[in-house]
Amino acid sequence: MNRTVLDLWVGFFVAIGIAAVMFLALKVGNLSTAHLSETYVLQAKFDNIGGLKVRGPVKSAGVVVGRITDIQFDSATYEAVVTMSIDGRYRFPKDTFASIFTAGLLGEQYIGFDAGGDEKMLKAGDTIGKTQSAVVLEKLISQFLFSKAADGQDKK
Amino acid sequence: MLDPVGLLRKLGHAAVERLWRLGFAARFFWVVLMYSGASFRRLPLTLREIYFSGVLSLLIILVSGLFVGLVLGLQGYEILQRFGSTEALGTLVALSLTRELGPVLAAIFFASRAGSSVTAEIGLMKATEQLKAMDMMAVNPIARVVAPRFWGGVISMPLLAAIFSAMGVLGGWLIGVVFIGVDDGSYWSQMQSSVDFRFDVWNGIVKSFVFGVAVSLIAVFEGYDSVPTAEGVSRAITRTVVTSVLAVLALDFVLTSFMFRGTS
Repeated sequence: MNRTVLDLWVGFFVAIGIAAVMFLALKVGNLSTAHLSETYVLQAKFDNIGGLKVRGPVKSAGVVVGRITDIQFDSATYEAVVTMSIDGRYRFPKDTFASIFTAGLLGEQYIGFDAGGDEKMLKAGDTIGKTQSAVVLEKLISQFLFSKAADGQDKK
Repeated sequence: MLDPVGLLRKLGHAAVERLWRLGFAARFFWVVLMYSGASFRRLPLTLREIYFSGVLSLLIILVSGLFVGLVLGLQGYEILQRFGSTEALGTLVALSLTRELGPVLAAIFFASRAGSSVTAEIGLMKATEQLKAMDMMAVNPIARVVAPRFWGGVISMPLLAAIFSAMGVLGGWLIGVVFIGVDDGSYWSQMQSSVDFRFDVWNGIVKSFVFGVAVSLIAVFEGYDSVPTAEGVSRAITRTVVTSVLAVLALDFVLTSFMFRGTS
């Protein structure tokens, strides 16, 4: 086969291949949107993290501002220590409230930040003091039942 | 009559034979790597092999990728609509393609389309004593014949797998969005929110690279090691396809358990 024709076909093939990788990266994957160039690390301690997973999102006002990078168990305080890397563009006050929410009825769980009113901002490596654990459905139901039972006794 | 000692001896013989061949293949791999310099210094040799194993496999990869995507879209929609979450169709199609189906199916098609022809070519060269003739002319057949074919396959495989996955995603889009009527925006946005480039797409590319090395090595080794007769070459081709498919599936299991263990 002619050398130039062969080169042309190979070039065509490699170009299509690279185009496919770019397509997967930009259109299928989230390389363009979740490009966290500069990140800083925050930690938060929870009594119960429910079904939270590593790589889960951290949201504030519904916008993804970071990802969960690590979940550990602290055997001294019996709490879960969640490490997050937060997009460097976003800063949060010292008294930010971190809670665990569920997306939809059966969706994945994520950490939601509610910004407080403090003047000072959280620095890299800080630990968020105010946290709210995940809502465990069984606990909720038992609380509801207990309160119902208590109501019934009052009426008698 | 049942002869336990004879059976045991046969088993031992088969095991030693397999092990010996595996060791030979490992040493062959090392030799191919050692003599790979020429296939990069004389680039036209490798380019020719990329043409034969990569460009000529394009058609089967494009068509089969499209059809796998169509089937995934149709089946995924069937099942997802029972849970009222058809917007997740994009996630289902993209994750199953980039993580598993893309690399694995592309490697299997590659083994049957390109691997078999490489084995046939090298096997016939051996049967017609072309390899020996090269050796006589002080041309190293491994550097001249085997290494370029090996590297051609290794370079083509990740590109083919990426093309396969991209075609599959487009196929899923075609059936889901264009024909059935899933919302176009949620197809792509749900996909983008759950497919991570480094974790899903990149791991798929790493997988297809590993499959490329495995399939190409099996193809050149079976050709080089074939019995130099018509029957021997045809057996070597069969062995290439069977061993490649088994190796790809086994490697896929090992890689998946390392890459995607315990997360999401």
